[in-house]
Amino acid sequence: MSEEYDNNKSYQAQSSEVLDGSAGSINPDMDYVRPAEIPEQDLYHAHSFIEKWIFCQDAKVIGVQYFLTAVFTGIVGLILSWLMRLQLGFPELAGFMTAEHYYQFVTMHGMIMVVYFLTALFLGGFGNYLIPLMVGARDMVFPYVNMLSFWMFFVAVAVLMASFFVPGGPTGAGWTLYPPQTILEGTPGSGMGILLMLISLSLFVIGFTMGGLNYMITILQARTRGMTLMRMPLTVWGIFTATVLAMLAFPALLVSAIMMTLDKVLQTSFFMPTILKAGEVLEYGGGSPILFQHLFWFFGHPEVYIVALPAFGIVSDLISVHARKNIFGYRMMVWAIVGIGGLSFFVWAHHMYVSGMNPWFGFFFATTTLIIAVPTAMKVYNWILTLWRGNIRINTVMLWCLGFIVTFVNGGITGIFLGNVSVDVPLSDTYFVIAHFHMVMGIAPLMVIMGAVYHWFPLVAGKMLHEGLGKWHFWITFLGAYSIYFPMHYLGFIGVPRRYFEMYDSPYMTSAVGMNEFISIAAFIVGAAQFILVFNIIKTLKTGKKAEQNPWKANSLEWYTSTVPPEHGNFGERLPVVHRWPYDFSVPGAKDDFIPQTTAPSEVANTEVEKT
Amino acid sequence: MSEQKIDGFELKPGFKGMASDTGSDQTMFKGVHWGKAMMWIFLLSDTFVFSCFLISYMKGRGSTIVDWPNTSEVFSLHVGGVPVPLLLIAIMTFVLITSSGTMALAVKYGYEKNRKMCGWLILATAVGGLTFVGMQVFEWSKLIHEGVRPWGNPFGAAQFGSFFFMITGFHGFHVSIGVIFLFIYTYKVFAGHYDSKKRGWFTKMKGDYVEIEILGLYWHFVDLVWVFIFAFFYLW
Repeated sequence: MSEEYDNNKSYQAQSSEVLDGSAGSINPDMDYVRPAEIPEQDLYHAHSFIEKWIFCQDAKVIGVQYFLTAVFTGIVGLILSWLMRLQLGFPELAGFMTAEHYYQFVTMHGMIMVVYFLTALFLGGFGNYLIPLMVGARDMVFPYVNMLSFWMFFVAVAVLMASFFVPGGPTGAGWTLYPPQTILEGTPGSGMGILLMLISLSLFVIGFTMGGLNYMITILQARTRGMTLMRMPLTVWGIFTATVLAMLAFPALLVSAIMMTLDKVLQTSFFMPTILKAGEVLEYGGGSPILFQHLFWFFGHPEVYIVALPAFGIVSDLISVHARKNIFGYRMMVWAIVGIGGLSFFVWAHHMYVSGMNPWFGFFFATTTLIIAVPTAMKVYNWILTLWRGNIRINTVMLWCLGFIVTFVNGGITGIFLGNVSVDVPLSDTYFVIAHFHMVMGIAPLMVIMGAVYHWFPLVAGKMLHEGLGKWHFWITFLGAYSIYFPMHYLGFIGVPRRYFEMYDSPYMTSAVGMNEFISIAAFIVGAAQFILVFNIIKTLKTGKKAEQNPWKANSLEWYTSTVPPEHGNFGERLPVVHRWPYDFSVPGAKDDFIPQTTAPSEVANTEVEKT
Repeated sequence: MSEQKIDGFELKPGFKGMASDTGSDQTMFKGVHWGKAMMWIFLLSDTFVFSCFLISYMKGRGSTIVDWPNTSEVFSLHVGGVPVPLLLIAIMTFVLITSSGTMALAVKYGYEKNRKMCGWLILATAVGGLTFVGMQVFEWSKLIHEGVRPWGNPFGAAQFGSFFFMITGFHGFHVSIGVIFLFIYTYKVFAGHYDSKKRGWFTKMKGDYVEIEILGLYWHFVDLVWVFIFAFFYLW
């Protein structure tokens, strides 16, 4: 890339060669940006329909492919949750369902939503689409590997879905897949079901590794001129840190999946202790089930933040744009993301307080868990302070962001309860836990996904989603989600255990029955409300209002592409040059209430912009 | 890109240099090829995979109810009726470490555009790797012949066979993948694909001698992992 940025400025360097001379190191020009140090990316353009839309190497198409596949699995997960709620609220209507079915639905719902829906959607979907655009790259750095990454994910999903159709059905061991019961006869799907689940998870990890390498190297090594790490949108920071976590946490999942596969197929005893079954000693013996729990949660807890950190990043950007105000404490936000990411590797055993661990071990993990609350709370304060005295637009996107803050704070506070050993032990395996993690890592990130869809749809499709439908979608989802999960806290306090197919004649049935019916009705409505978005998207694609370029008046690079939607290569002939962070909103003295990242300092010399 | 001059940027030594590189625009690792950075990060991730395996092994070995087999007996070779412990494994380790040396030389000759030398050295590395895998096959069949199985063995705790076959198998799989790529690269070097910047078969990206260094990183990593496996299985 030897072209200069702006022809009109005579004092600007004409090419990189000129800068090697006298003016190279000390340049008095305020608009000076170092010349390109990486050559123009060598892009492979598609030649056929298959190369363009199916085995596509363009990160934007791959992002959409990831998005659609993840949404498909998410809808499967949603239907499973409906079936579970039908059984819990109205068991007389769910006569077709056996206890085995129920456990299988619980397991598949959990695994699908955490791994195949949220992780794939945030990192594969938003990551692929937004990273190259936001850092000013033409594409991901390894487009071919990126394409393989999606197809590996696709095969993983296909294998997972296939487990519904094998003899014995999918595994019903709970999404944590705790041995020894996971692979023992008597657990639903302990034959082919669990095997396909483990294979699918391994494929997912391999596919994700290919994608994750792309995201990391694109962010570290392929930013455009002027784009320093501290000028990146927080979306990129969130996705980047989540990717680092995934690269270091998924190995534990892969290893535990391999070991359990061997336990299942070759009768090894990595996780299998001596087991008596109907008076007979099984072939297994000498293994450690707790080892699996450690491996699983060494993956499992960072996994929570793999979902949460991109949500934190994206919501920061959405709030800043729609409150027309710079994000409060940008650097603090970055360090909070990095800090949460680092701490998330030292808290895993708080999922194992009831596993019989040494109390001092629990004490350590309770401490680290509560320390995570500090950077997290800083982030919440910063979101509120960004809104404070902002020029807030109450549109659909902002509503989702506000919904996120509320649900996230709610789920975060219950997290403080569960992080303490003495409070966790009685609440363990009750509906309180269900309420906690659905609020904090189900509903809250989902709110961000929805906000992000309404925010970036004009970029992806070039058309504006319908606002009225969006607001209906939001209010039904928000109020409905509270109707579902708020009463669950109470159910947990009165001791209703989770993962129970039926309550029979337990003493708390009388007070829990009405509540379970209410929760189920709310769940049916909220689930159905999600199809408003599907309808909205189809309607918009057919008859929607055409979006102007940069409809939200945002600053980050994805809105300054050569065409909308962006073409392959993103930025036309010249890559943009960045002079500032993406949060220069409502700058005193500026002509507009936003200053794009590409605006040179000399153009806004008389304004009070932040130094970034 | 690896020998690129960086315009308008002063590369400082030490911690200050790290800070200024991190704070700069465009790239964090100045002048580092994308593929090379990718391989380093992949290896970091792979380190976690092997760490999980080896930590599980330590935990598993520490908590079995039956005694662990005496490894110096199980792994010994009989030479003229006398059991020699660590004999086979010493040869295997020697071959693998030597192949790391030839790999490093191949990288050097690659950057010097010495096509012939580079090609022969990669071929030597590939043959070294193949020899290693061959000896591993020999060791596996010897142990299987003596009754060691993933689910049990006559010498002691069943987990011995489980962990041994799983971890050395996973490592051997890494070596085998490396050997396949070494043979492909041997062909590419001798055919001059890196001199003519011929585009790859699948990725359609231009070839460059830096690819040899990237494969070299992987190869050295596989060797390093072997050193740990060697220590944990054969010396403990």
